[in-house]
Order: sequence, then structure tokens, then C-alpha cells
Amino acid sequence: MNAPLTHPAPGIGPPMWLLAEVTYRCPLHCVFCYNPVDFARHEQELSTDDWLRVLREGRELGAVQCGFSGGEPLLRDDLEILIAEARQLGYYTNLITSGVGLTEARLDAFKAAGLDHIQLSFQDSTKEINDFLTHTRTFDLKQRVGDMLKARGWPMVMNVVIHRLNIEHIGRIIEMADELGAEYLELANAQYYSWALLNRDQLMPSREQLQCAEEITNEWKARLADRMRILFVVPDYHEGKPKKCMNGWGNVFLTVTPDGTALPCHTARMLPGLSFPNVKDHSLRHVWFESAGFNRYRGTGWMKEPCRSCDDKEKDYGGCRCQAYLLAGDPTAADPVCPKSPHHGQVVAALENAENPVRRMRPLVFREPRESRRLTEEIP
Amino acid sequence: MDGIPRLGHGFRFQWEPAQNCHVLLYPEGMIKLNQSAGEILVRCDGQRDVAAIIANLEAAFSTRDLRPDVETFIAMAVDKRWLRLESATA
Repeated sequence: MNAPLTHPAPGIGPPMWLLAEVTYRCPLHCVFCYNPVDFARHEQELSTDDWLRVLREGRELGAVQCGFSGGEPLLRDDLEILIAEARQLGYYTNLITSGVGLTEARLDAFKAAGLDHIQLSFQDSTKEINDFLTHTRTFDLKQRVGDMLKARGWPMVMNVVIHRLNIEHIGRIIEMADELGAEYLELANAQYYSWALLNRDQLMPSREQLQCAEEITNEWKARLADRMRILFVVPDYHEGKPKKCMNGWGNVFLTVTPDGTALPCHTARMLPGLSFPNVKDHSLRHVWFESAGFNRYRGTGWMKEPCRSCDDKEKDYGGCRCQAYLLAGDPTAADPVCPKSPHHGQVVAALENAENPVRRMRPLVFREPRESRRLTEEIP
Repeated sequence: MDGIPRLGHGFRFQWEPAQNCHVLLYPEGMIKLNQSAGEILVRCDGQRDVAAIIANLEAAFSTRDLRPDVETFIAMAVDKRWLRLESATA
């Protein structure tokens, strides 16, 4: 026998994650939602049999983690069937839900199906957090759901998206999470894609707000160390460091959207000049290994300067392709959050704008089918 | 080291053909285990205590003196919450 050791998962090989975005339908209207702005034109959903085949093919490829998200995945009536199949195939099964519409009976069905893990998300940035902070409907909902989870042996895992409209309440948010008995709390700063990008002016916190929030979070981390783990996810705009987006394109994640389009990340559909395969036409093996879409930005061969000669190119893979496209208009460019990017000025301008209290007053755009259709008409 | 090692809450231990090794799965992650770690964890079935696990391993691999390695691994695994050590009488 060798000395018992562990080693980290390798960087390349089979997908580790199958992300099943089972529906774009959602009872909430979050202003930072990462679903595509034109989701209303992709409303057709895969059938139960299609999903069961996708789950089997993903497992055959070697995926071990399966995430069910959306939209609100609870709106799929067949969710328990999908979870049961995923669990039976050997996936570690994760459900990402707002908890809206969750009942005791449904949770019992998920437990019987073998669901491993539930993450309770706070979806709505304004009303829901307000309700939560003032101990009204949303607090009651999360408390009820939290109690139901714990009664069935699942830990209480919460995710709250942080932005300008709630960042000053961060201490209270942590305190309330503790009152609910959360064992794990992720405070994720908004990332500016899709709906969040539309609302970036209103959502981006100032540097001071961010620093203050991080300090308060650290105080709470120390105070609650024995019972809650808190993760504070810093926004890449403020850090000035490109993120290793999705842990590398086509490296870890395989996302299947409600209509069956397979993507290396949930927002990649926006990128120009790329077509992504649909699981109704192709096997996941083809999708992962052979499709042009999944191979386009794999590794480092596609890079140009300043990424190509950068020492960090294996570390961050040039950042996020969608962010490069959204801000620089070129998906092969360096992610503009990088100070080496010739387009970094755009990020600096957005940050400066966040420092300036006198800002253009514009209403928030809520993620609604009606808005989606309106905005889609504006997109040529 | 006394007690019965059991898998920690939220962890799942299984053989992964695509990785050609045993793995520990947990929310949103995976730990790949080498052969020795896999052989120890496969015996952490909630029935055997540490002594029985060591005896079983020594018999299976026709060797002796595995106690230090096994105990070091189990202590590390308990620290990382992969395992819980329950007293035999509990």
C-alpha cells in the first residue's frame, strides 16, 4: 500500500458537472438574473424522456455532479422523476431553488428520490430582501422551508446575491441567516451578465460599500465560526482580476438549457458566430468532445494578445468570453476586467460611475416574459 | 484510536469508472482518492471499528504495521469531516 493521499481532480477530461436548466419559467422577476434576456423566445422545454436520456448520457461521459436549476426548477412536475434517475445513475444531486412553491409532500418525494443537496437562493433583489429584512412573507417562507429541510436531514444552505440595493444590509442578512439556522451562507456579489448587465448602473456597489460589507462579513465569520460557514464572493470588476470563468471553457461544466441547447456556460448562447448543438439532435458525447461550440475556446490556442504571451493564461484562461464580448465587442479579446486589456477603461468607467452618487435615474428592468419580448425585439 | 468511522454528513463515497478511482462526492465537489485511501474508506461501513478496519486491511494485503498510516488517514479524514468517529457503544 502507498501512504494514503488524495490528489486534486485533473483539469481536463470528462465533464464533472451536468447543469440541467430544466425551465426558464419562474415566479420571481430578479433584476440580476443570469438567464438570457431573450429567454422568452426559448420557452419550449425538453420532455421528461429527453431529460432522462441527457442524464444517462452525461453520466456515461463521467459527470458526477448534477445540478437542477432554472428558472425555478420546482415548476417542472417531473422534477422528482429526474432527481430519482440522476441519483440512481450515481450523480451527486443538487437542487437550486428559491423554495417558492415547495411543500412537505414535494420534499418527501425529493427525499425518496435520493436528492443529496438543496441550495436555497434569494432571488429577488428588492422586494424579497425587503420582506426578509422586515420579517414578513419571505422570511416566513425561508424559515418554513429551512425547517422542512432540516427535519429531513438536509443542511440549510443559502445563497444571497449582493448588490448596491442590499449591500448595506449585509450584517442583518447574515444575522437573519443565522436565525434561520443556516449552516452555509454564500454572499455572491452580482455578476454583470444578462439582466444584471441591463441594471448594472443601479446594482454596482461603490468601493467603500464593498469594503465595508467585507469587513462586516469578516466580523460575523469570526463570531459564527462554530456554526456557520460564510463565503463572500468578490466581484471581478472591483478586483481587477479576470476570473477563471467556468473553470475553463468546456473543461468542467456542461449546461443543458430548457430547450435542449447544450452550452459550456449558461450565458454562452449570446456569443456571436457560434452555434451550439441541441441534445435532441446530438449525443452528449458529440456535444462535449466534437462540437465546434465546445471546442471554440478550449485551452489557450484561440487567444490573441495580450493573453497569448501572458504568464497567467493557464491560470485564468483570459477571463470570461461573454464579458469580453459584452464589453469589448470581441469574444476572443482579453476579459476587460484585466488591467492589461485595451478595453479596461470601460470597467474603470463603470466603477467610477458607481462612486458617483448623482446618477442617471433609470428604472430597474425586471426579468419578466413581457420585458424579455420587448428587449428581444430591440436585438436585431 | 477507538470508535467506528462513518461517512460524514453530505458525503458520498463511490467508485468512478471515468476517473478509474474511488471518489468522495459532496455538495458541488469531488475528491479523488488514491488506492490506499479508497481501500480504507471502502471498509468504513459503519460496522467495523478502527481496529477491525486495520486487521481487515492487513489480511487483505498480506502485510503488517498499517496502523500508523491508517490512523493518520482517519484522523485527517475526521478533521476534514469526510468521516465521523462514533464510539462503539453509541
